[in-house]
Amino acid sequence: MPIQYYIYLALSLFSIGVVGVLTRRNAIIIFMCIELMLNATNLLLVAFSKMHHAVALASNAATQVGIEGQLFVFFIMVVAAAEVSVGLAIIVMMYRNTHSIDVNFLNRLKN
Amino acid sequence: MAITQILFWFLTVLALLSALMVLLSKNPVYSVLWLISVFFAISGHYILLNAQFLAIVNMIVYAGAIMVLFLFVIMLMNLNKETEPQKDIWMKIAGTIAGGCLLMVFISLVRQAKEMTGRTALLKTGNIGLIDNLGKALFSDYVVPFEISSVLFLSAMVGAVVIGKK
Repeated sequence: MPIQYYIYLALSLFSIGVVGVLTRRNAIIIFMCIELMLNATNLLLVAFSKMHHAVALASNAATQVGIEGQLFVFFIMVVAAAEVSVGLAIIVMMYRNTHSIDVNFLNRLKN
Repeated sequence: MAITQILFWFLTVLALLSALMVLLSKNPVYSVLWLISVFFAISGHYILLNAQFLAIVNMIVYAGAIMVLFLFVIMLMNLNKETEPQKDIWMKIAGTIAGGCLLMVFISLVRQAKEMTGRTALLKTGNIGLIDNLGKALFSDYVVPFEISSVLFLSAMVGAVVIGKK
């Protein structure tokens, strides 16, 4: 499968995530769109890893080239899981203080 | 058309439609369910690329753990369609135009890139995505980042508890 198809798919998912962050006011939906952007990046990393592996496989049958991309995806998932736990705790705290998850309530830092 | 190509296009359309529905649905619970659909489509792409370990981890961690966390928070807050805050229409149009411009810039960049022409991603073959190769690399070359990520998890857990108790 040509690498361009994967790039276009990942870029479209990323742009949909950007549009979601810009157009929604619900803090949880914004957070979910950030997850969507992270997943688009993961898909692109795996596709590039297989692209480099395809080139290296032509000369050496037992090569491990490209495995770094998949390990990076693994670490991105680790960081995303940690980020979600802290972020959702912050959203719950914000809901307790303002009784709303509208991000427009948070346009100032004091109070 | 080969079966892998049919699966590729099916998963692509599924991912894009579900991602659009995440934005368009008014009820946050439906957004979470559509996002789970996106994650399953991306897991299907990983399986097509023979990255089976990442496919399973994506399903367990994202579709299993993280989305359940989102659902719990949404149900704790008792959100529904009536309490959903709405931006005014001009902000929505401006955001959509901005995102579309970003996509146009990305696509024109990729179309010009000479490094990408004629390159293919290997489907169905290649064994770097299997768990024994990934595990060997993870515990030999990448053992220090692996341990640091466990410290990161511990600090995130402590942070979540401290923020949640306040």
